[in-house]
Amino acid sequence: MSRLLEIEDLSVTFGGLHALNNLNFHVDEGEIVSVIGPNGAGKTTFFNLISGMVNPSAGDIRFKGDSIVGFDPNQVTALGIARTFQNVRLFANMTILENVMVSQHCRTKQGLFGALFQTPGFKKEEVEIREHAEKVLGFFGSRLVGYRLEQPASVLSYANRRRLEIARAMATKPELILLDEPVAGMNPKESAELTGLIGRLRSEWGFTVVMIEHDMNVVRDVSDRVVCLDHGEPIAAGSFEEVSTNPEVVEAYLGRPIEKSRETDGAAT
Amino acid sequence: MTAATQPNEYVADEPTILPGKAPLDQDWADVAKWGAIGASTMIFVVLSGMLTGLDSRLVIERVFSLGYLAVVWVPLTLGFLVAREEVLEGMASHAKGANEVVSGGIVGALSGAGLSLLILLMDSFDLRDPLVNWSDKTLGLLQFSEDSFFGIVMWAVIGLLLGAIGAGLHLLTPDMRRLVKIMVVTVLFVSVFETFLTDLFKGFGLVFITDFLYAARGGLTIISTIVLAIVAGLVAFFGKGRVKQAQTRINAGAVEGGGRTKANIAMFVIGGLLLVILPIFTGKITNELLANVGIFLLLALGLNIVVGLAGILDLGYVAFFAAGSYTTAILTSPNSPGWSPELPWWVALIVTIGVAALAGLLIGAPVIRMRGDYLAIVTLGFGEIIRLLFLSDWLSPWFGGAQGITNIPPADFGFFEVKGTDPRSVFYLVLALSAIAIYVSWRLERSRMGRAWMAIREDESVAEAMGINTVNVKLMAFVVGAVLASFAGAVFSAKVGSVFPSSFLILVSIIILVVVIVGGMGNIPGVIVGAVVLIGVLGGPKQPGLLQEFSEYKLLIYGALLIFMMLTKPEGLVPNARRTRELHQDEFLQDAWLRKQVDEDEEASEAELGDGPTAGAPA
Repeated sequence: MSRLLEIEDLSVTFGGLHALNNLNFHVDEGEIVSVIGPNGAGKTTFFNLISGMVNPSAGDIRFKGDSIVGFDPNQVTALGIARTFQNVRLFANMTILENVMVSQHCRTKQGLFGALFQTPGFKKEEVEIREHAEKVLGFFGSRLVGYRLEQPASVLSYANRRRLEIARAMATKPELILLDEPVAGMNPKESAELTGLIGRLRSEWGFTVVMIEHDMNVVRDVSDRVVCLDHGEPIAAGSFEEVSTNPEVVEAYLGRPIEKSRETDGAAT
Repeated sequence: MTAATQPNEYVADEPTILPGKAPLDQDWADVAKWGAIGASTMIFVVLSGMLTGLDSRLVIERVFSLGYLAVVWVPLTLGFLVAREEVLEGMASHAKGANEVVSGGIVGALSGAGLSLLILLMDSFDLRDPLVNWSDKTLGLLQFSEDSFFGIVMWAVIGLLLGAIGAGLHLLTPDMRRLVKIMVVTVLFVSVFETFLTDLFKGFGLVFITDFLYAARGGLTIISTIVLAIVAGLVAFFGKGRVKQAQTRINAGAVEGGGRTKANIAMFVIGGLLLVILPIFTGKITNELLANVGIFLLLALGLNIVVGLAGILDLGYVAFFAAGSYTTAILTSPNSPGWSPELPWWVALIVTIGVAALAGLLIGAPVIRMRGDYLAIVTLGFGEIIRLLFLSDWLSPWFGGAQGITNIPPADFGFFEVKGTDPRSVFYLVLALSAIAIYVSWRLERSRMGRAWMAIREDESVAEAMGINTVNVKLMAFVVGAVLASFAGAVFSAKVGSVFPSSFLILVSIIILVVVIVGGMGNIPGVIVGAVVLIGVLGGPKQPGLLQEFSEYKLLIYGALLIFMMLTKPEGLVPNARRTRELHQDEFLQDAWLRKQVDEDEEASEAELGDGPTAGAPA
């Protein structure tokens, strides 16, 4: 398997805050990697760096061997990295179909001329965009298709908005898809269903997936590898069993036992 | 297919009606508030000079002038407003009765008392110096040419009566209220648009109608007012429901398939034919008006792409209008100071389009990376910079400085000449160009580019993350807007025959923006309505509208209208469905929920969440 994404000594600081510190990370083609860690660990910043929304202070990000540091978000997406957002950010007043159609922008090319003169090329491309959009929406069963297609995204339920976000990212025809807390706010049944879908993203669509997730059932069921971040630094990496039993990870989530913390505090002073 | 499959048969329950409140069971603070608003509005209207300035223009012969109309609408409207009760769907409401009439009457009387107070003050003090309309003439009109005591009492009484009548409208059945509304609106419409109607009827050889309607010195005669009201009432009474029926028929056709589009195409063709034929009959005044509406419609359609579709608040849009006008002027006028190739107009138009596109790129490139308010301010600056460049001595060898460029020849198409002295020809040219602009807007909205514009309007960062090159796409909106503005500029040059920097004030940008906002942002029919209503009725920055009498107060009315629309109907007169959703999200979601269009599984999932909390921490 070849390296799809390689990250070397990546750091970013906001003012005096080291949001990420010397992070090394890699994703192989066809992997599903989960990034876990307590709130404020720098997981979303990590995604923002990869997708070009934030520029790193130091380090390198390589996608398929070429550095993508300094690229604009749209260039990164065009190269084949799509993402979803933790706080669902749909185009709320566009229809569900339009949401998915518009994200194929970087894969299509018809401009003003084609639209004004309705050239055969324009019409053909419109049909293709629509067909692809419906195919992507069909991935989620009957929830986002049929009469839903022409409804605004704002009428969707929370879970369906999350699904539409994933559909929108899929429609950009990526190789690597970054999912930021895909099941947050879903009930156990919905989470389980989406876990299955994440697996199918790889098996049916051939996407490599990097996912930030707090729901450990999902992480366990679907990931090949798990990386845990805390305070902007990776503290553990490996299989789910290794990471979830790692004392540092448990400490990052739950804190230290009282006696132990007294000991170390005493040693420090 | 979508319309048919939606479960749409939601019917509201009969609302519960509680017995009316006792007459004096009032929300006194609210009544006082509305009274104070009414009083200050009336004082403001009088002191702004509308009472005196519009007095010579009669609405009804000898009885009622436009000046008084500008004052007395206040207690009537406020009486109606204060007695209104917001009733949410499915909630109980009170029966209307004496209580409402009392509150309306008090609010009206308080408003009228504002003018009584003004009479008292005008009698005792002289504030002529800062307030131009603090004059004997105003006082005389306020006192109805009697003594001050009469005036003071009369205004309180008039206010009381009008307020009570306004509130009393709620006591009528909806049908009756509609009838009264139609009668009053018809009379006012026919009276206020006297010049326009006379011009129109003369064109059709129906002078005898206007002779009957209007008195020699202007205004309706008393008899014609009564006849008009009765005719309007009868038409409204017997025509009731017909319009609704027709609409339902068209909508029913749409469900069966294709009917809606067919009806739309038919309407479009009929409307188009009417616009082509009508100017043959109408007189010069009307055609001049239509030509002005057309020029501003072109501008508004262009700005609609920039602001309405792509969400770029461009306050310097006049720059492109100016660029178009000057390019055409230089290319066609023999008096062009620098270089005068004296090209025919249509050749100049092609060059103008190119120059405008270039100007769009040049101005857009540095500006477009900014967002929101910053972008608005910078475009505002650029709009002024362009005008000052045309005005400057430095560039006057090419643009003529303050003298501008004169002697621009008419647009000659061989078989057809478009010149300012023949407004009909200008109108036809502008109609053709507007048709092109509408086609362009319509096609672009439903294209890859249009969707990208909308996405940027919704959320620029996400649009960029979804692979849209926001800089290029926004720049494209700027360029398309600039080209449409240059159409208007080219026509403007040929129509007016000369261009001066003073024709391209910042005010033009603002007024075009108001046209777009009031009409309905992002909606082509809305923009058309906006241009007709604002430019046609009120007039453009320098162009007179139908209400020539109000031209002195044009900007005041523009401002008031803008504030009113922002408060009550921010989506515009003819709203775009999306924009309405954006601005009335809560109501929309509630309606959708009532119609069961929102996800059913939302409630289901909320219920299930209680069963087992999702695992959060590692085991």
